[in-house]
Parts: sequence; structure tokens; C-alpha cells
Amino acid sequence: MPTDVTTENVEKTIYDGLVELGTERDELSREATLEDLDVDSLDLVELAQIVEDEFGVELKGDDVKDVKTVGEVIDLVVSKA
Amino acid sequence: MTRRVVITGVGAITPLGVGAEPLIERWIAGECGIEDGAGRCREFVATDFMSKKEARRSDRFAQMAVVAAKEAVEQAGFAEELPYEAHRVGCVVGTGIGGLPSLEENQGKLIERGPKAVSPLAVPLMMGNAAAAAVAMQHGLHGHCYGVVSACAAGAHALGDASRIIRAGDADAVISGGAEAAISGVATAAFGAMEATSPTGISRPFDARRDGFVIGEGAGILVLEEKEAAEARGATILGEILGYGATCDAFHLTAPQPEGTEAARAISLAIADAGLSAPDIDYVNAHGTSTPLNDRSETVALKAALGERAADIPVSSTKSAIGHLLGAAGAVEAIATVEALRRKTAPPTVGWEEAEEGLDLDYVPGASKPIENGDGPLVAISDSFGFGGHNAVLCLAA
Repeated sequence: MPTDVTTENVEKTIYDGLVELGTERDELSREATLEDLDVDSLDLVELAQIVEDEFGVELKGDDVKDVKTVGEVIDLVVSKA
Repeated sequence: MTRRVVITGVGAITPLGVGAEPLIERWIAGECGIEDGAGRCREFVATDFMSKKEARRSDRFAQMAVVAAKEAVEQAGFAEELPYEAHRVGCVVGTGIGGLPSLEENQGKLIERGPKAVSPLAVPLMMGNAAAAAVAMQHGLHGHCYGVVSACAAGAHALGDASRIIRAGDADAVISGGAEAAISGVATAAFGAMEATSPTGISRPFDARRDGFVIGEGAGILVLEEKEAAEARGATILGEILGYGATCDAFHLTAPQPEGTEAARAISLAIADAGLSAPDIDYVNAHGTSTPLNDRSETVALKAALGERAADIPVSSTKSAIGHLLGAAGAVEAIATVEALRRKTAPPTVGWEEAEEGLDLDYVPGASKPIENGDGPLVAISDSFGFGGHNAVLCLAA
């Protein structure tokens, strides 16, 4: 069963996912930009896989191409649920 | 005006440790890095040398190449800033098989959970050119850059090609070598199935009891430079690639041609390319895999190419100390050869005890011995032969 898509749950999954991909946890915040965190297109594809596994929400490359901050990624997942 | 190719930096990850120094010092001391039938680089943990993110972006063979390259460029004085315009610096790195563990892991995910479970990194992790790409990206190299794939001759082919690129004037420096980390399920099983690997797990090249090679992993990377340019910038020159010879048996998919005709020709070509002849050779770093067929045909080839000189000079196999590093072997062994020449010492074929009829060269049993030839530079050949009948031989001096 996919996890409920709440902002809290999505935030935890995204944060854990970014740490798994090599980001330092203490650098994470909703306001942190993907550029500052050195999160690139390949990381976003991996993150999308993690999100889909957890919530059943599918993110395509086009969906994330204009996303700038971690908070925007979280909101995007919640909005697509 | 002939452009010459010198070596100004070396770096190695081998079962004898992290660094070129433990490789040569421990081999000269007669130590062996093989444990439990494999030459694993137990000391190499990628995240000790790079960020978690960098480590995730490379399979183990490419991680090892990156770390070996770092050692080599630091020694050469390339680490802070390239001494040449970046388009004049290339990167050629050989591998037998590339990122096989990544392929296996993702194949498992594909079977268990379907295509959506396959990592978007799977292709860049497994591709055979990944090590060359990673090293070039790390150091901002914009010249010729590619992987070389010729099984167990790949490391030597890479260095040979790299030296040709410099000689042709297409680059002033090339960072080059080989990397392999394929001690995985499929490779180990497949080599076992074809009875190429040693059932006893012992690598004893040229010994009558030899029963196959021992699989190993590692990387060797060298900084090659055009000689005059290296001298002009005051670089410390460790050695020189004098010549390169390459041929193909075109005989059998895996077995070497028993008469060693094409292997001998590659040796002769490398010596002629150096402008030398057989009596000028002071040491042979043999391919010496510890398989019944290779060690016999290589001995025949050495006698054919070197004539009477073959009986007078030490011939030893690095694989006795680290196992067979497949696509990394030629590069690691080129480093071992140059470092042996610099120390005027032929390291031993570790574990050699029992002679076999026809295998009657000086395989340096027991302990290291001096390489003797007056006070001038010493010259060696380093043999590499691969499945597919590939023969690549380097003529090196130091």
C-alpha cells in the first residue's frame, strides 16, 4: 500500500531520499535550492523513482524541469496526488 | 623530429594496497595480496576518497581509476592546474568489462520489479568508457578521451594508444591506464565455467603446478607527457614509453596460439618501435597468468622474439602477487615495470618452485634480484595478452 500523500510524509521521503543520494542532511530545508544542494537532473530522476515507490505518484522530467527549491518538489508531489 | 613519451606520474589501486608504492615495495618483498582465491582491494573504500555522491555516480572500476588518477596527477604536478591547454590533454583508460556489478544489480531489479525499478544511472555506471569519462571530468581534460576494451590487454592497449596520440602531436599529455572491478557473480562463475580460473585459488605463473588464473581487481593510471615539454616545465621523469607493438592471433576466441607467433611479433614490434634490438632488453614483465596455456605459449614467444637474450634476463609476473587484474593488468604492470627498473630490481614470481619441461627461463624464483646493465637506463618489455587473441606489448625504460 502506498503511503498517504501528506506534506509531512512527502517531506520526510524527499529529505531521506536526498540524503541517500549524497546530500548532507543539515543542508536540507524547504528553501534550499536544488542548485545549491548540487542536485542535478539525474538526481531528480532517482528521486522521482523513490517518490513513485513510496506514494504511487509519477513525476516526469517535464514536471520537474522548472522546480527550483526542495519545498517546490514537495509541493509538486502533494499536488499530483 | 620524433616526439618521445615520458611518464611523470603513476597511481595504483591493487590487492597490495592503495598507491603505487605498496604495489612495488610489497611485490619486491615477495608478498602476495591474494586472499581466499581472489585479489581483492580490501583497503579500497570509495567514500574514503570521494563524496558519497561522487561514489554513487561511478561503478567500482571507475572509482578506482579516479583515485589512481588522483595519485598520478599529484605526482606529476597536474593536480592544482594543468600545465598544458586543456584541449591538449587526453584521457584513455582501458577495461575488460566495465561496470559489470551495476549491470548485474539492475538486471536483478528489472527481473524482480520491472523496468521502472532500473536506475537512471545504470548506463553511465556500466559503460566501458565510464572510467575515462570520470577521470576527464575530474581534471577538466578536453583532449582525446575514450575507453579501450580488449579484455586482458586493455590496459596496455590504452597506454600504447595514448603514447601514439602524443607522438602524433594530437596531445601534449594523456592520462592513461586501466581499471577493472569485476569480481562479481557472473564473471567469477563464467571464468570458472570455462576452467580459466584456478580451482586451488593459487596464482603461480610458470610453475608446473599452475592451474589457472586468480581473478583480481584494481586500477593503474599513468601521466604520459611529450618529453621536451615535460623537461621544459621541470617535471620529474620516472620513465619512458619507448615502443609499442600490437597484433592479433586471429586463431581462437580464448586460447593463445600455441607457437606464440603473433605474441612474439608484438614483442618484436615493440622493441623495433623503440629503435632497439633484443640484446638491449634487460627485464621482462610477463603476462604470466598462471594458466597452463598462456605461460607455455608466452615462454615460446619470448624465446622467439628475444632469441638467446631470453635466457639471460629476469622474467617475472606481477600476477603472482596480485592475481589477474584483467583490463587493469597491463597498466598496473607497466607501473610495476617502471618502478622495478627505477630500483634496478626484478621482483620475484612469487610462489614459483617447480619447473616444467620447456618452461626454462629465469622466472626470478624465491626473491628479487638485481637487474644488471651498467649505469645507463634499463629497458624492459611488458607483455599483455587478452581473450580474442589480442597482444599488446610495451617497451619501457627507466
